[in-house]
Amino acid sequence: MNKRTVELELATPGLDAQGRPVRVPLTVGGTGGGEVAGQVAVEPGSEHMLLNIGPQHPATHGVLRLVVELDGEVVVRCIPHVGYLHSGFEKLGEYRHYNQIIPLTDRTDYLSPMANNVGFALAAERLMGIAITPRCTVLRVIACEMSRVISHMVWLGTTAIDLGAFTPFLWAFQERERIYDLQEMWTGARLTTSVTRVGGMMADIPDAFVTGLRHFTETFPKTLHEIDGVLTRNAVWVGRTQNVGVLRREEAINHSLSGPMLRASGVAYDLRRDKPYLDYETYDFDVPVGEHGDVYDRYLVRLEECHQSNRILQQALARLPDGPVNVDDPRVILPSKSRAMSDMEAMIYHFKQVMEGVKAPVGEAYVGIENPKGELGTYLVSDGSAKPVRWRIRPPSFINLSSLPKMAEGHLLSDLIAINASVDIVMGEVDR
Amino acid sequence: MNPSVDALRATFGNAIGRAVVARDGETIVTVGRDALGEVMRWLRDSAGHCYDYLVDVTAVEYRDAERPIELVYFVRSLERRVDLRVKVDLPKEQELAVDSVVGLWAGADWLEREVYDMFGVTFRGHPDLRRILMWETYAEGYPLRKDFPLRGRFSRAEQVRQALGANPEAHYSMEELAIAEAFDELPEDMKERLRRGERGKLPFSE
Repeated sequence: MNKRTVELELATPGLDAQGRPVRVPLTVGGTGGGEVAGQVAVEPGSEHMLLNIGPQHPATHGVLRLVVELDGEVVVRCIPHVGYLHSGFEKLGEYRHYNQIIPLTDRTDYLSPMANNVGFALAAERLMGIAITPRCTVLRVIACEMSRVISHMVWLGTTAIDLGAFTPFLWAFQERERIYDLQEMWTGARLTTSVTRVGGMMADIPDAFVTGLRHFTETFPKTLHEIDGVLTRNAVWVGRTQNVGVLRREEAINHSLSGPMLRASGVAYDLRRDKPYLDYETYDFDVPVGEHGDVYDRYLVRLEECHQSNRILQQALARLPDGPVNVDDPRVILPSKSRAMSDMEAMIYHFKQVMEGVKAPVGEAYVGIENPKGELGTYLVSDGSAKPVRWRIRPPSFINLSSLPKMAEGHLLSDLIAINASVDIVMGEVDR
Repeated sequence: MNPSVDALRATFGNAIGRAVVARDGETIVTVGRDALGEVMRWLRDSAGHCYDYLVDVTAVEYRDAERPIELVYFVRSLERRVDLRVKVDLPKEQELAVDSVVGLWAGADWLEREVYDMFGVTFRGHPDLRRILMWETYAEGYPLRKDFPLRGRFSRAEQVRQALGANPEAHYSMEELAIAEAFDELPEDMKERLRRGERGKLPFSE
């Protein structure tokens, strides 16, 4: 009999007075994590535990460190520590010409490098008063939407893995790989694309690109439907995500959330529609908005955004005009190699651009673009020289992450992982 | 020019300084530092303006050493889809301090900490003003100030020496150790080292 008792003790938290195992109900209420968290009684005076998660931990999505105060399994307080990947990009930018900053933008949000390139180039162009060509505008839309797709695919895959679903991860990363092939075809790089230049693009798209991207847009929705079929009505997924990490509309606004996080809380604000850039107002797309502001709604919003990005990509491919990619201004755009080597004037312009850089007029400009993570703002202040006085990145995932302590309070430790995943952080951008 | 500027002038008078339109078409209005808290509250709460969303808080230091450091607040009305940029001049010869807006927008919490970390501007009334991107014992100064050299103040050898000599317990802040009520249970020598202030002042030692 003793042996049997030991087995039971291992399987259950304890025995009651009669020696029978105390049964713990597997679900409380049965409608989701929020209620579970509400019903776990916090004993007054009970001992709290300090738990350190990270900075090296697979579920923190990078070098994020969370110090968690726990009462049993309930998170009483969560203190995030960031800065482990701080590289001083903003300081470096003050010592670089505008075009030399573009490679730095790759490395901030390295899951959507092309969109960062576009954000910086737009701000520099607005500062200098440059109007880009129609073909360049459409190419940049393509770059932004491709970035949105790969960023959301990474988010979907890693979040699903955090919550125990392995298969969508493989599907999502396969799709991402196909976009990476296209990026490589266009820029020669998979991750550090540096695709834009002030006043244009690093290169026009190669011949096979349009065919490749069109094939992607035709086949990509199938994967999305498969992911939708596996997760959206999956009992485990729903149980782990609904009513977890809820931020109401007013709280989301007050915490300066942006992007899918803000829209999942019911605020229909999308910079592409409400403060258009790159002629986004001429594209036909919907802005998905959530209702409850929980992890599940963030998932739904991001999944739908992938469909909408796919629509935008198709429209952009259909309207892609011919013509030059770069503006016709020798002070901004480098002459071709052959011209620089054969034409005196072109050589002078080449020399001046490389040695002195492109000078921006005195003033400042802020451009916010709708990045996959949220509003990526680029704020440039110039004193008339070729290097900015101040280059500020408004980092969407940094600001979204700052609401994590608020969201995690009162939830179970395992829900903290789901909530942290739902923020969609990338530490390169949080720490810059 | 954003019409809110005229309304601000009518309400706050001399506290509102110059207003210009930036190269990106947004209006910049300069506000006296003592009025900042009230101006921001008015911008957020008054009907017809309703700048309910704080986009960003940052600071700018110019290469011209005479120019004051500028604090920049980007506010937005989500309803009306209108942006406004509010600036506060902080002359360098005076104390670099201004009222915190965390009470108005919770999103300002980390943004103000970052400005404090990078520029050394103190935000009065911030609930938890400590460094955020640099570590708490970072002693080289404020990295985004113009007098801060690109490679840092200390030599690489000194930086490595400090990193190797850092206390492992310094990875937890005093606040965190207090949460766990762990401070009392630390070994005496560790407590002594913490008291000696390699991590700055203890919040409860005064």
